Amino acid sequence: MMDQIFVTLKHWLVGLVPIQCQPVISAIISVAAIIGVFATLFAITTVLERKGLGRIQNRYGPNRVGPFGILQPLADGVKAIIKEDLVPRGADTVVHFLAPLALVAPVFLALAVVPVGQNMVAIDMDAGVLFFFAVGAATELSVFMAGWSSRNKYSLLGAMRALAQMISYEVPLILSAVTVIMIAGSLSTVKIVEAQSGYLGGLPRWFVLTPWGLAGFILFMIAATAESNRSPFDLPEGESEIIAGYYIEYSGLKFALFFLGEYIGMFAISGLAITLFLGGWQAPFAFLTWVPSYVWFFGKLLALIAVFIWVRGTQPRLRMDQLMNFAWKFMLPMALVNLVAAGLWRFLDPGFSRWVVCSLLVLGPYVLLGRGLFQGQHLGKRTYRYAE
Amino acid sequence: MLGEGTVKGMVETARNFFGSYVHADRLITVQYPEERLPQKEAARNFPFLVHDGDDWEKGLRCVACLICEKECPPQCIYITKSKDKKPDHAGKPQLYPAIFDIDISVCMSCQICVEVCPFDAIEMDTEFELSTSNRFGDLLPHKQDLAKPNGYFRKLHPTEAAAADARLAAEKARADAKAKAAAGDKPPAPAPKPVPAVEPGVAK
Repeated sequence: MMDQIFVTLKHWLVGLVPIQCQPVISAIISVAAIIGVFATLFAITTVLERKGLGRIQNRYGPNRVGPFGILQPLADGVKAIIKEDLVPRGADTVVHFLAPLALVAPVFLALAVVPVGQNMVAIDMDAGVLFFFAVGAATELSVFMAGWSSRNKYSLLGAMRALAQMISYEVPLILSAVTVIMIAGSLSTVKIVEAQSGYLGGLPRWFVLTPWGLAGFILFMIAATAESNRSPFDLPEGESEIIAGYYIEYSGLKFALFFLGEYIGMFAISGLAITLFLGGWQAPFAFLTWVPSYVWFFGKLLALIAVFIWVRGTQPRLRMDQLMNFAWKFMLPMALVNLVAAGLWRFLDPGFSRWVVCSLLVLGPYVLLGRGLFQGQHLGKRTYRYAE
Repeated sequence: MLGEGTVKGMVETARNFFGSYVHADRLITVQYPEERLPQKEAARNFPFLVHDGDDWEKGLRCVACLICEKECPPQCIYITKSKDKKPDHAGKPQLYPAIFDIDISVCMSCQICVEVCPFDAIEMDTEFELSTSNRFGDLLPHKQDLAKPNGYFRKLHPTEAAAADARLAAEKARADAKAKAAAGDKPPAPAPKPVPAVEPGVAK
């Protein structure tokens, strides 16, 4: 009943209009709901992130606007709107204007295929995961548009870094998602969530609770962090190196749009991680199935966002060579090995032996590849020959 | 193994996160307008003029000798001497400043005016909330804005104020003795030894 309240509400609203208009109205309602909910979540996340980072650094974080600072996003929004919109004289004005829109549009499009609850998906596409990655790749275009049109060397450097990083991490991102597609046998996000339904020995049958699923989830989350340009993979916007990277020449509402696009992108990719590995909107235990499905989805989403914030508060920024080494020497081979593990999992008989084989197949390369990353590197206390 | 350091760091930040809610002493932030730390005795920001007694105009110690105006490195002090004279704390007729302005926006809080003043007439204030809405008038205090009683000085910098008071008292005693000697009704009393000057700006 509570579970389907929003679906029922939408059907009732659509039923009010003549039959010719119903598909359009239905689409508009879905789009409005997605934009409203996720933009609100963005506002909440910005203040939670600042407070969380503050606490990690033993500070209070924002606590002036409203009780406990919860109205901070409102103040930030007003500030962004009334700020002067500066465009550099040498900028390519059309591209400069279009870049933030080209970022925000695809990330909202990507959310269309993420099921946020039972029967709550804007479009149930047969190739949903493929669609997600296809529109997700469009963000790279907007990043380069912003970097190129600003006519600023730092923004171009940032855009080039961003492109190199996003293309490098797209490979392990998709390869780690392919394992789920192999097991579930479908590209439809709804079918993937259904494939994870049911409980086995008190535990949910989520893909993250299998050896290949756990490895895939961790690989996916690392690649997702890099894709959404968040710390420790925030080289494209490294404040201390290239000031703000590709959005150095943006101010006011356009800057806020970039900010929004980045966070919505993070929500979208976290939503896909939940769909692929964490059982989507399904409850973790059989006795908790009475809780509405969207509560579970958004609970998991907030948990993943908390992890993103936690990682941001902990990890220092990588160097460019470390970033590339990690992508090509560790993430890519691990993702390929994980594909083999998922294939074996599919064809071996269910039981204890399957667990042992797949776990070893994942753990062994992890240890060896990890050791390989540190080879030839002089880690430890730095010594200086001349300066002392 | 790969990831060990990452996990260690994550545990540390998690400890910080939860610890900041449990142990209040982890949060070292002073929430400024509501909470304030007590100021150090040696704190200084902007000079003020000391006056003795309740009437700032009569009690102003400044004799308009212009030493501070000449010594001020950024030249932020402007003084005009008076035409007439008024008695100082020891009763001797002295000039006084007709105009005494200090430009806040130019002053660099170096305390050199305080060091060079032979009359202990200018001292450093600790007031730092000096922002105003008027850029020109309010950033140029005149002598009536700058005049503060000696009791205020004693409260801000007790050590320096005590030394200054002792110096002035000794001077006054000397002047009184001289006046008496000049009157010729008594042999001159030995002048009290001046109290060693305390280096201003050094907190005891």
